[in-house]
Amino acid sequence: MRRGILVAIPVLGLATMLQTSIVGRINLLNGAADLVLLILAAWGLQERVRNAWIWGAAAGLLVGFVSGTPWYVYLVGYLVVVGMARLLAHRVWQAPLLAMFTVTLIGTLVLLMLTYLERSLFEVSLAFNLSFVQIILPSILLNLLLAIPVHALIRDLANRLFPAEVVS
Amino acid sequence: MKTSFPRSLQTVIIALVAVGLVALALGGYFNPVTSWFTRLTIDAQTWISTRYLAVADFLTVPRDVASLRQRNAELEVEVAQLQTQVIDLQQKVTETNILSALVDFARANPEYSYKAAAIIGLDPSPFLRYVIINIGSNQGILPGMPVVTDKGLVGRVDAVIAEAARVQLMTDAASAVNVRLQSSDTEAMLVGSVTGDLSLDMISQDAAVTVGDVVLTSGLGGSYPPNLLVGQVVSVRKLDYELFQQAAIQPNVDFNQLGFLLVITNFAPVDSAPLIATPGP
Repeated sequence: MRRGILVAIPVLGLATMLQTSIVGRINLLNGAADLVLLILAAWGLQERVRNAWIWGAAAGLLVGFVSGTPWYVYLVGYLVVVGMARLLAHRVWQAPLLAMFTVTLIGTLVLLMLTYLERSLFEVSLAFNLSFVQIILPSILLNLLLAIPVHALIRDLANRLFPAEVVS
Repeated sequence: MKTSFPRSLQTVIIALVAVGLVALALGGYFNPVTSWFTRLTIDAQTWISTRYLAVADFLTVPRDVASLRQRNAELEVEVAQLQTQVIDLQQKVTETNILSALVDFARANPEYSYKAAAIIGLDPSPFLRYVIINIGSNQGILPGMPVVTDKGLVGRVDAVIAEAARVQLMTDAASAVNVRLQSSDTEAMLVGSVTGDLSLDMISQDAAVTVGDVVLTSGLGGSYPPNLLVGQVVSVRKLDYELFQQAAIQPNVDFNQLGFLLVITNFAPVDSAPLIATPGP
């Protein structure tokens, strides 16, 4: 349990740095992948992980601090992603990639819609069609493309931290 | 019967034959013979030399291959190091050129004080067009300070921590900059969009706006200093039933190639919030 929380700090810190310096620059139209969201989704889907909620809260606060978007948007968005992942982890465990794709698709949509709503309600009116076509759809596609490698990496990390117990 | 010449006669005959041979040689009568002999000698020497070198190669090649392989490995390492150096130097040259342009801009606009900064990240949200720079409050950066490059206005500082700051680009959808058209001295408002395109709004219907007009900051509102270059008009939309004209703007700054910025540190933006009337109780 404690190991998982300790690992969250370097993993999420590194993910945020990679997101702001590299991943955010790889654009499809005006969309970009969200590495932190993918890591949270993959982490939440691991059966033996028990601290995914803490990861979600830490990531939400961290990215919310870096971003110009209010912190609560990322906090809520990432907690939704973790919640969905925990929900699916116990239901479609036989098809982890399917679960990963589902969480990525819905999680990205939820997070970007939250961002869109926050901006539209409190800052500036944004055209929904343009936002959907130029940002939300391309971001979902990029996240789906990155979902498989991120899932593989996080699964390996989780297996190292929480090895399966051998029944003698 | 044995015939014998006197010894002196033999000597004379030999001398005569020798003199005759020398005379014939000097006369060029032996050229075919000497050239044949020379060719034969050279061919023989060539054959011997070639065979010798072949044998020598055969005996020394294994040692040479080993040394050549070692030398090749050393050279490959050296080439890799040099290539790294070349890339490093090319990057430094590019950075130097950019910084040189920024210094030229600062010299051409001495009324402002500047702090140079490098962009170290982008905002994680694709809805926002913000960049993160590597200087902050420890270097005297404050929220609201305008940010420029040698090409013109970039945006303004949005938030600051000790060693970093977040800059809102003027292409951000929530960005609004008061500008004026240089040719007609018409006031307008520059706004960003979710796609990063810039447009002019609030242009009076009476104003003459043409493609190519230069757009500068007006200084109105006190958020930005006046006369900073913004871009050029690329198209105009004027409809009779609308209150204002609109125009699309090509920014002078290439926002996809931003690397280094200048923060204007001696410009204090005016906080007009207290002047805005709020509904009473």
